[in-house]
Amino acid sequence: MAEMKLYEVFIRAKSGLNHRHVGSLHASDAQMALLNARDVYTRRKEGVSIWVIEAEKITASNPEQEHEWFDPAEDKVYRYPTFYPLDKEVENM
Amino acid sequence: MYSQGLTDAKGQQEPAELLAAFQAKIDREEKIEPRDWMPDAYRKTLIRQMSQHAHSEIVGQLPEGNWITRAPTLNRKMILLAKVQDEAGHGLYIYSATETLGVTRDQLTDELLSGKAKYSSIFNYPTPSWADMGAIGWLVDGAAIMNQVPLCRASYGPYARSMVRICKEESFHQRQGYEIMTVLARGSKAQKDMAQRALNRTWWPALMMFGPSDKDSTHSAQSMKWKIKRFSNDELRQKFIDATVPQAEHLGLTIPDPELKLNPETGHYDHGPIDWDEFIQVLKGNGPCNKERLQARIDAHDKGAWVREAANVYQQKQQKREVA
Repeated sequence: MAEMKLYEVFIRAKSGLNHRHVGSLHASDAQMALLNARDVYTRRKEGVSIWVIEAEKITASNPEQEHEWFDPAEDKVYRYPTFYPLDKEVENM
Repeated sequence: MYSQGLTDAKGQQEPAELLAAFQAKIDREEKIEPRDWMPDAYRKTLIRQMSQHAHSEIVGQLPEGNWITRAPTLNRKMILLAKVQDEAGHGLYIYSATETLGVTRDQLTDELLSGKAKYSSIFNYPTPSWADMGAIGWLVDGAAIMNQVPLCRASYGPYARSMVRICKEESFHQRQGYEIMTVLARGSKAQKDMAQRALNRTWWPALMMFGPSDKDSTHSAQSMKWKIKRFSNDELRQKFIDATVPQAEHLGLTIPDPELKLNPETGHYDHGPIDWDEFIQVLKGNGPCNKERLQARIDAHDKGAWVREAANVYQQKQQKREVA
């Protein structure tokens, strides 16, 4: 029998926070994945909301191209407030 | 040694630059993540160690599951159920982390059920009395915590993260075990004797959980270099002994080691020799319960086959309905 599908599990710890990846599990369908995620990953009030998604449906960037891929963010120092000097008299802005 | 490059599984040389960059990353305390390049030997070491760890959690349910129906009170029964459920969860956290290395769950399960994979030798010992539930929680989970706390900083991200979750849950296990021992040690003479006998049974196998002595440990040096391990087997064992002896004394129980004594110069407890022949025998499959434990897993897997089958059929049926 073929292995059950792999699901990635995301949990919101409490309202106001993002869902965060916590791990994965195998299940035959999304409903079972949700039930198992509750039993495996929230036995101690770790969450108020769970997302599950089939692992194969996730599209990811390639870590081997990390440098080139994120390069456009590296040479734009003017995106940071510290790029702009302030006169001492103005103090905080 | 890295400048020479290592040979990977396909017999190909791994490029020296990649190996050097990999080690440098580890030396900077940066984590390795699933899709990052890693030496084949690093991947293999992790798969071996993590799958053994996951199997140990799963088989570790058995000696305690044995007592769920015979727990002395409803309260104890609920606690034990929760603990055994945690062990199943811990197994799943680590299995899913292991799968990020490119091995399938089916492969891991097959390796356990076929007897090819190893798991912690401690679970091949019997639990003949209720006091063994106390001794296991206190000593076996205590030793596991000693091992697992440094693993929270292991260089492989998914392994480290699963250990953080596990360590959070594990301290309840140790405390409930010590509490069982406390109640027994302060009970009738028969109860105190029962606690002492459980301590006698569990002490040496618990010390063996840290693995062979440093001088005989085959994987240690490389694992330390890769920052999978942070402390040697003997260092962790010593920490465990130093922490545990006063806890036993507090309960008026005696550690079954006539040579055990505090060394005033080092501040550590010196202990008697560990019977490594016994350890090797248990690892080889000749411990008191090896066959029984493995058979229990095989039976559970076989008897659960219809559940997996039904779930798959149900999923296919639902899918057809959606299409229609």
